[in-house]
Amino acid sequence: MSEPIAMTREDGSPVFLDTKGDHHPQNGTLLGFWLYLLSDLMIFASLFATYGVLGRSYAAGPSGADLFDLKLIAANTAILLVSSITYGFAMIAMQNRNQRRVIGWLIATGLLGLGFIAIELYEFLHLIHLGAGPQRSAFLSAFFALVGTHGLHVLFGVIWLVVLCVQIDKHGLTRANTRRIACLSMFWHFLDVVWIGVFTFVYLMGVV
Amino acid sequence: MGEHAGQHATHDAHDHLEDGIPHASAKEYLTGFVLSVVLTVIPFWLVMGKVIPSPTVTSLVILGFAAVQIVVHMFYFLHMNAKSEGGWNMLALIFTLVLVVIVLAGSLWVMYHLNTNMMPALHDMQNM
Repeated sequence: MSEPIAMTREDGSPVFLDTKGDHHPQNGTLLGFWLYLLSDLMIFASLFATYGVLGRSYAAGPSGADLFDLKLIAANTAILLVSSITYGFAMIAMQNRNQRRVIGWLIATGLLGLGFIAIELYEFLHLIHLGAGPQRSAFLSAFFALVGTHGLHVLFGVIWLVVLCVQIDKHGLTRANTRRIACLSMFWHFLDVVWIGVFTFVYLMGVV
Repeated sequence: MGEHAGQHATHDAHDHLEDGIPHASAKEYLTGFVLSVVLTVIPFWLVMGKVIPSPTVTSLVILGFAAVQIVVHMFYFLHMNAKSEGGWNMLALIFTLVLVVIVLAGSLWVMYHLNTNMMPALHDMQNM
């Protein structure tokens, strides 16, 4: 990309070829962030494989059918799905340059994320209280590793949301901030995609 | 520098979507949302209502729904298509999916055979 964008006439005055600014290099942040998400997907793939191998090793302890409360999981799935669309509305507000609406939808998304984490924590504490903690069996170790890693991702997503809201409030919808909103959008929707795998492979297939 | 910033400002004015941020529309998000709700409710209903007697068939059906829903999310929420970022997004995704399939299928396959061939109880019983 080192082609000259300006030449000089014989009398020394400049001639500009690239007056529209088409030549400024494309920003690679979104592609780079997508590559990060795919490497994150590999972490989840290995955790899913671990669960697939150990998911029926109960060590004479409780199985998924004994432990899982599908109503709770359905509520959590609904929360995460709604949070996906609220984030989508934040993206649309960003396109319309409506800063207050962007922050409003981001806060709504963050609250839904907190609700998800709260229900998951309640579920984990309930299981541990029943004596079905991660040390009970290989099945429960794999379960807590997989679902806990996803929950941690959601927690970090919420922290990022808070930081981003402060930045938007302080600096407005600058180019850097819109880029960050787009990256967090990918992160958030990616977590929803992983959750589809979790509720299908772990919860529904564990109970069926 | 000042001139540079000015150039960006005029650029911003007629094009909000800097840095290759995909264009999002409310219609797209709502379509994706409705499809996702349908594709989520059906598997939960199948399992919670015990609609299909065979657990194997139920498992295969809900796995199918999950696969379709993942594609819906990729398309409507993550705005994946063959053209985004000049095709590099899609290429990286396909590469990762190949690795994911190898990790999942390989682990399950190897560990299944390890389990069935190395269970001590099984060999003891065959020798009796």
